[in-house]
Amino acid sequence: MKNRGWLFVIPALAVLAISAFIPLMTVINYSLHYIFAGSTPTFVGFENYVEVLRDSAFLRALVRQLVFSMGILAVEVPLGICIALCLPKRGPGVAVCLVLLGIPLLIPFNVVGIIARVLTQSAVGVIPEFFALFNYSFNVAKDPVDAFMTIFLLDVWHWTPLVALLCYAGLQAIPDAYYQAARIDGASAWKTFRYVTLPKLRSVLIIGVLLRFMDSFKIYAEPLLLTGGGPGDATTFLSLHVARKAESYNLGYAGASSFIYLFIVIVFSYIFFQLMTHIGKGETK
Amino acid sequence: MARIELEGISHTYDPPSVPETQREYAVSNLDISWPDGSANALLGPSGCGKTTILNIISGLLQPTVGRVLVDGKDVTPLAPRERKIAQVFQFPVVYDSMNVFDNLAFPLRNQKVPEKAIGKKVRETAEILDLEDLLKARITRLNAADKQKISLGRSIIREDTAAVLLDEPLTVIDPKFKGGLRRKLREVQNRLKKTMVYVTHDQHEALTFADNVTIIKDGHLIQQGTPHELHSQPASPFIGYFIGSPGMNLLDCTLQDSALQFSDFHLPVSQEMKNKLGSAGNGLKFGIRPEVVDIATREQAGAVAFTVSVIEYTGAYRVLTCDRESSRIKARVSESIPVTEGDRIWVSFPEEKLNLFFNEKRIV
Amino acid sequence: MRKRTVLLIIYLLVLFFPIYWMINTSLKTDNEILKELTLIPKDLTFKNYAEIFTSELWRSSFMNSIVYVCLNVIISLVAAIPAAYAFSRWKFRGSHHLFFWLLTNRMAPAAVFMVPFTELYYTLQIYDTHLAVALAHCLFNIPLAIWILEGFMSGIPREIDETALIDGYSFPRFFAKIFFPLIAPGVGVAAFFCFTFSWIELILAKALTVTNAKPVVVTLTVGIGAEGVRWGLLAAAGVLTMVPGAIVVYFVRNYIARGFALGRV
Repeated sequence: MKNRGWLFVIPALAVLAISAFIPLMTVINYSLHYIFAGSTPTFVGFENYVEVLRDSAFLRALVRQLVFSMGILAVEVPLGICIALCLPKRGPGVAVCLVLLGIPLLIPFNVVGIIARVLTQSAVGVIPEFFALFNYSFNVAKDPVDAFMTIFLLDVWHWTPLVALLCYAGLQAIPDAYYQAARIDGASAWKTFRYVTLPKLRSVLIIGVLLRFMDSFKIYAEPLLLTGGGPGDATTFLSLHVARKAESYNLGYAGASSFIYLFIVIVFSYIFFQLMTHIGKGETK
Repeated sequence: MARIELEGISHTYDPPSVPETQREYAVSNLDISWPDGSANALLGPSGCGKTTILNIISGLLQPTVGRVLVDGKDVTPLAPRERKIAQVFQFPVVYDSMNVFDNLAFPLRNQKVPEKAIGKKVRETAEILDLEDLLKARITRLNAADKQKISLGRSIIREDTAAVLLDEPLTVIDPKFKGGLRRKLREVQNRLKKTMVYVTHDQHEALTFADNVTIIKDGHLIQQGTPHELHSQPASPFIGYFIGSPGMNLLDCTLQDSALQFSDFHLPVSQEMKNKLGSAGNGLKFGIRPEVVDIATREQAGAVAFTVSVIEYTGAYRVLTCDRESSRIKARVSESIPVTEGDRIWVSFPEEKLNLFFNEKRIV
Repeated sequence: MRKRTVLLIIYLLVLFFPIYWMINTSLKTDNEILKELTLIPKDLTFKNYAEIFTSELWRSSFMNSIVYVCLNVIISLVAAIPAAYAFSRWKFRGSHHLFFWLLTNRMAPAAVFMVPFTELYYTLQIYDTHLAVALAHCLFNIPLAIWILEGFMSGIPREIDETALIDGYSFPRFFAKIFFPLIAPGVGVAAFFCFTFSWIELILAKALTVTNAKPVVVTLTVGIGAEGVRWGLLAAAGVLTMVPGAIVVYFVRNYIARGFALGRV
């Protein structure tokens, strides 16, 4: 009976075999072949990988992606914690706030892209008009920084509520006694946050960081809709880059870059996972 | 260390908008005094207002009416840290991200005590609590009993702690560590002579820890005294039943002529007893501890016949449940008296050990 | 306390400004949108909405989205509940690695899987069906559902299982009668997140459908058409795609509040 656990996991594995395992194998298979627009695939070993790693467009997309995802974590996580701390702990306000925070999460990615276009369209969008007040010409179609920042803020707008909701759940799980003890011990507000709140939020923060990291790595629809990855390649993130290659039926290249991409996400996620599980667990000095 | 006094404390959780007459009071009109360096217990069933009292003392809650005094000084408006009253909670509250040493040092560091003095004080405290070997250990590796000791340690480490409140500190402790931790708490109190208030619903914990036990029911103080006083002279039938194992036998009776009249038997009483009872005749409650009930296997003068319906064995003694037509009493007897279930026995009640209550108050 | 409330209100205002702006835009005429900046529509019109409601394309794509999202929620929960139970109750051979492996599924970028999915579902002859999209979305929803449910289930003492089984409950009966009601808030929260992520997903939904199962998110991008962008119409469609989500949030709000109060998300 020791392995009866597997019986219970079988349904999940069966579905995932169709939705994850088989496609992944196919991707690996592509990555080892030269396939172009209907021609017969020829086995080329790791040539595709070499090509991808030498491709400056891929490397630029990767760096851009890392900067973006790290920035997302640096902004969304602290902001999410702050919002969670501001939410009411009990009373009728709780359900209202949860619903309000939940709504942005339910907006499809491409609607987010549309919102961004409505807000930033040159000449009449509300954001360019706002910047015009300061004599700054804001134009996502022309200025790479404007475009990048728009996508960045869009993600912060869309996904910080998720981090806030997770942190809120974590906060609710901290018994009042911890705060009472800290008050009795004479801890300052900062020390209470540092030694009571933050350690108790560890498990939800691990998940929050992982989710946001993985999902921000997958960003696709927003830049596609806002500027199609431009201007130039200022908002061509990894997913967009890979999808372009796949759409042009350069499947060998797409497969190899996908695999490298997946490998990078897993490595980073694993590092975060390990770091956050072990940091500050009362290690001896 | 200090003397803690509660003066006319009442508290309601209703907002001030509720009219005076409709407010529900969690505790009302409490006057309690705990002398400097004493070991005290606050005993009462769940939901009797114990936690409210505790929060009022520690300053987490402002009482609606009344004052809290520490060494005669009114501390009611002060914040928890200014009162210097420490607390140990139901479940161990420790700082997970620090090791044992840093946990104990935390209150001192917050007071900006020099690091050298902290080291000395922490080792002293650890020695008292038998935690010396664990000082460098990760908190997450410890069991609940050790964590609870750390939380006690944090509360006693500050020299200026006025009192320590213990809120059902054994609730989540594994049974095999309970006894040890209970003795440790008692020992720490004896050694440091800090004023401590132990809050619990468990009479055994209260009676073994404290020299002075306060019993609370429905937010009212019903009796304060030493464990012995509570046991032998309970102020009300509730305490008689609540304290002791098994609780006091309680039967309704009336005084007629010179005998106590029960529903299905009567008991003659002396002139002296009759005088003490005075005018109270109807609606008396008769109480006697199971330990002092005399059992005989043969008929005796003045004894009442009962039938043994259940015998419970506890090892050192037996508890007999004895029934008559409509009366039931329990008796705690030694193993040497030969009875089996279904036997007829004669029960006598020594007059000097009787308790009689009238209107929920002890009169004899 | 006051300061926090003020900060919260400011945040919520910022959060809802873009949504407000979209509603605002959807109620304007194209002329007004392009000509000037107005905080409330000068010339209130429901023309954009009327156009969507009368269009067969929009109506059917809304239905398609709802069907495959619900299908996905059901498949995800049915597969995830037993797995989460196993992870929360037993340490079996490989359970630790399996859990991380399941989580890595979520990392898989949809763009990467687009082509293999298309090929596989062609072979299985479910291309361009609701089932195809629902199955594809399980890629990221099953790991998430397992993770959320595992958290909730770990919070329920094992003793409950043992007592019930000793009391003579069969395992399925125990699960249905005792265990399920206990984790209901958790299932609500998991369903909410599965709904969310399936509802907003674009890449796979676009790659796996042509006409029969074409979802509203895809129809939306098509709206950016040849005749120039019709902002009012797009905004109206965007507003409408938010409606089912808002309804779901409204109905599960108590579950979510309870789930959050249990502190196990």
